[in-house]
Amino acid sequence: MHPIRKKRLTIVLFLVAGIAIAVGLTTYALRQNINLFYDPTEIAAGNAPVDVRIRAGGMVEEGSVARDTDSLKVNFRVTDYAASVPVQYEGILPDLFAEGQGVVAMGRLNEQGVFVADQVLAKHDENYMPPEVAEALERSSKGQHKSADVEKAAETTAY
Amino acid sequence: MWQFFHKLGSPKWFFGIATRFMPWLLAIGIILLLAGLVWGLAFAPKDYLQGNSYRIIFIHVPTAFLAQSIYIMMASAAIVTLVWRMKLADVFVKAVAPVGLVFTFLSLFTGAVWGKPTWGTWWVWDARLTSMLILLFLYGGTIALDRAINDEKSAARAVAVLVLVGVVNIPIIKYSVEWWNTLHQPATFKLTEKPSMPVEMWVPLLLSVLGLYLLFGWLACLRMKTEIVMREQKTRWVRELVMAGRG
Repeated sequence: MHPIRKKRLTIVLFLVAGIAIAVGLTTYALRQNINLFYDPTEIAAGNAPVDVRIRAGGMVEEGSVARDTDSLKVNFRVTDYAASVPVQYEGILPDLFAEGQGVVAMGRLNEQGVFVADQVLAKHDENYMPPEVAEALERSSKGQHKSADVEKAAETTAY
Repeated sequence: MWQFFHKLGSPKWFFGIATRFMPWLLAIGIILLLAGLVWGLAFAPKDYLQGNSYRIIFIHVPTAFLAQSIYIMMASAAIVTLVWRMKLADVFVKAVAPVGLVFTFLSLFTGAVWGKPTWGTWWVWDARLTSMLILLFLYGGTIALDRAINDEKSAARAVAVLVLVGVVNIPIIKYSVEWWNTLHQPATFKLTEKPSMPVEMWVPLLLSVLGLYLLFGWLACLRMKTEIVMREQKTRWVRELVMAGRG
């Protein structure tokens, strides 16, 4: 390679590396602000500020959803399977809201450690599957005969 | 190897090659994209959780892939512009920047349309969505910078530097869902692992991604040819080409 081009290439690479380091350090320093939400472990450990608008995210704990009979009030617990936080919300929940599903709630943590949400968003994961496979998975995790059912469902639907 | 590389820099040579490949890119691209979209939108099974609304993935993911790939290609071309001063690299950057802008917009738009029924909101300032919005602005910035400088050579260098500065955003987009807590879910398609969806979902998705790549190739060739003709209008081969086209 021509020496001038080699020199230019080095300059270009230094430019890109320098910017990458600068941006890397900045985002590392701001990581707490870039995180969209606190997880229940952080909230339980007292890392989340009280009475400041924050977001809390995690899974809706199985069997924790309690709906008020004559209003839109709903109480549930958000968990990351290590700690859980009680959430209070009044309003319409997204269609995907269900026990065992992910949510991100926006609101304030009060003195009692209850998270009072004014907005609840559903978070879903990267796994997609046909309903039959999901049902088979559900059945097999409840019953003892685990893999046979799943494999059968996967065979019939996947090929 | 270097000889081939330098030949690639000849606008006339590229013009000929592009003209020969374009019909193939267009035909195969349309077939693959149509097959992927029809299969995905009409015949693929619905999702157990989201029902039919997940089907927008067959448009959302290909446009998002392209939006990022185009930027990576532009960055590679920018290095060539800065180091080798190859005209064709600058022609490429200029020709595809608006295409990248459109794909980025489409992926943001389809994402918002998808987000409303599933997440419950059109927009949220999480790391993935925000970094994708920055990509949109970067595309807009390169186009604006190019228009703002009259001299072709200084415009090419300024744009190349801006494109390279922006390239750090690409790994941020890619890994945003792993480095930070986001509302956006992690990637379904990974290079090293099996996709986390069954075959009859990921095959149509793959087809539409490939189809869109080929169509982008076609569009890039077309736009580059236009740009080459504009720039080289004083050369003999372009004049002859135009005369032949008229006659």
